[in-house]
Amino acid sequence: MSETAEAPGPVTIVETPIHLDYKFTPGVAQSRFLRALERGEITGQRCPKCQKVYVPPRGACSMCGVATDEEVKLSGKGTITTFCVTQIPSPGLVPPYVTAWIRLDGSDITSMFLIQECDPAEVRLGMRVEAVWVEESELVPDLGNIKYFRPIDEPDAEYETYKDYV
Amino acid sequence: MKSFLRDVAIVASATFETPSEPSRNEVEMLLPVIHDALGQVGLSQGEIGFTVSGSSDYLQGYTFAFVGALDAVGAWPPIRESHLEMDGAFALAEAVAYLQEGHVDTALVYAFARPSRGDLDRTLSVQLDPYTVAPLWPDARGLAGLQAQAMRDSGRYGDVPDVTPTYVGDGVTAVILATGDRARELTKTPVWIRGIDHRIEAQMLGLRDLGSSASTKLAGEGAGATNIDEAYLHVLYPHQELLVKDALGLDRQPVNTAAGPMMVGGLERLATAAKSIAGTGKRAVATATSGACMQQNLVAVLEGAAA
Repeated sequence: MSETAEAPGPVTIVETPIHLDYKFTPGVAQSRFLRALERGEITGQRCPKCQKVYVPPRGACSMCGVATDEEVKLSGKGTITTFCVTQIPSPGLVPPYVTAWIRLDGSDITSMFLIQECDPAEVRLGMRVEAVWVEESELVPDLGNIKYFRPIDEPDAEYETYKDYV
Repeated sequence: MKSFLRDVAIVASATFETPSEPSRNEVEMLLPVIHDALGQVGLSQGEIGFTVSGSSDYLQGYTFAFVGALDAVGAWPPIRESHLEMDGAFALAEAVAYLQEGHVDTALVYAFARPSRGDLDRTLSVQLDPYTVAPLWPDARGLAGLQAQAMRDSGRYGDVPDVTPTYVGDGVTAVILATGDRARELTKTPVWIRGIDHRIEAQMLGLRDLGSSASTKLAGEGAGATNIDEAYLHVLYPHQELLVKDALGLDRQPVNTAAGPMMVGGLERLATAAKSIAGTGKRAVATATSGACMQQNLVAVLEGAAA
């Protein structure tokens, strides 16, 4: 046995739990968006300068740096511009499942949603899809009102119409 | 810094403060204030050479929250931009340094915060050493109490007031800077920054002499804060006014103090000083403080060219 006590090793982990509470303030523009979702509608806002329509609206055009006021109601239909088939499980999702960037008709920005009610092998760029909502009695001011998007019986969108969003 | 390769002036500013902003988010608060400041000198965002901001993601409660604030600026085509997790006054110091390089001649500096949505005194605890101090959760007001008591114990200040926070809840401030002739083109009453310096003290509170502000003193010397007509001091608690006046040797000058919103108040002091002395030929000192017990301090010397 060694006569000297072994020096303790370096401390490699220190647990310092930090917990802070915040109230989130979505802002005027996003409040309107959330209230629309509560009615089962998707709305965006148009930039007065470049005319781009933002969904969700954030109250400003991030390219022009000006306030966006004009409210635009969207149909809830859109075009898949990019997608990914996931083969590993995620909470509440059974693989394989599809996540897609969708350019909603009438908007100039893509949003991420799940694609369901179709074989993942059939999902493609340009595919036309529509929002599937929760029951009317379950509507709340939350994007979770849209459960997922599903294909609709329309011809694929021309590449030219979404090439800037791929 | 008190000698400049290029003279820099404050040519416009705008500010908004409220105890609590219940409905608008940070971008919606910033937009009208930035547009107000730009409009005062007829500039558009596209004409701004450098954009820099000060804020704290901890006050908003999510990481990289400051990036979202760029929506209020319009970063397209891509702009030259920087951000500090500090009061906007320190962002202004970065802009002054940037303007020295000579590539651009205008800068937009802004600061924003809406701490009313959380517990500010507790949130500020996360500024502390994360292993040995922050887990004890000393709140900002308690630490200010240690500072006030250290001042009393020093016997150098007479009556030291109680620790009552004076910071306002939420707000934003925007300042436009311009160099030399560009500043004179933009306004008849540029307020020249004749000196600016900032210093930081050790993070370990036990290492510091809380009964004085060594960083304010050195920053004051670095900025050349002498022959001052008026003072605009950023203090978060009444006792800190005594510390700053002592460090800068202010005894006869009119002193105007305010805390403003956290992360905004320092830049607001510089903006208010500039508005007050514009066109008067007067020389003012403005200060900004950040960190626990005034860990970081900035001193700026401003001169309002006579109209």
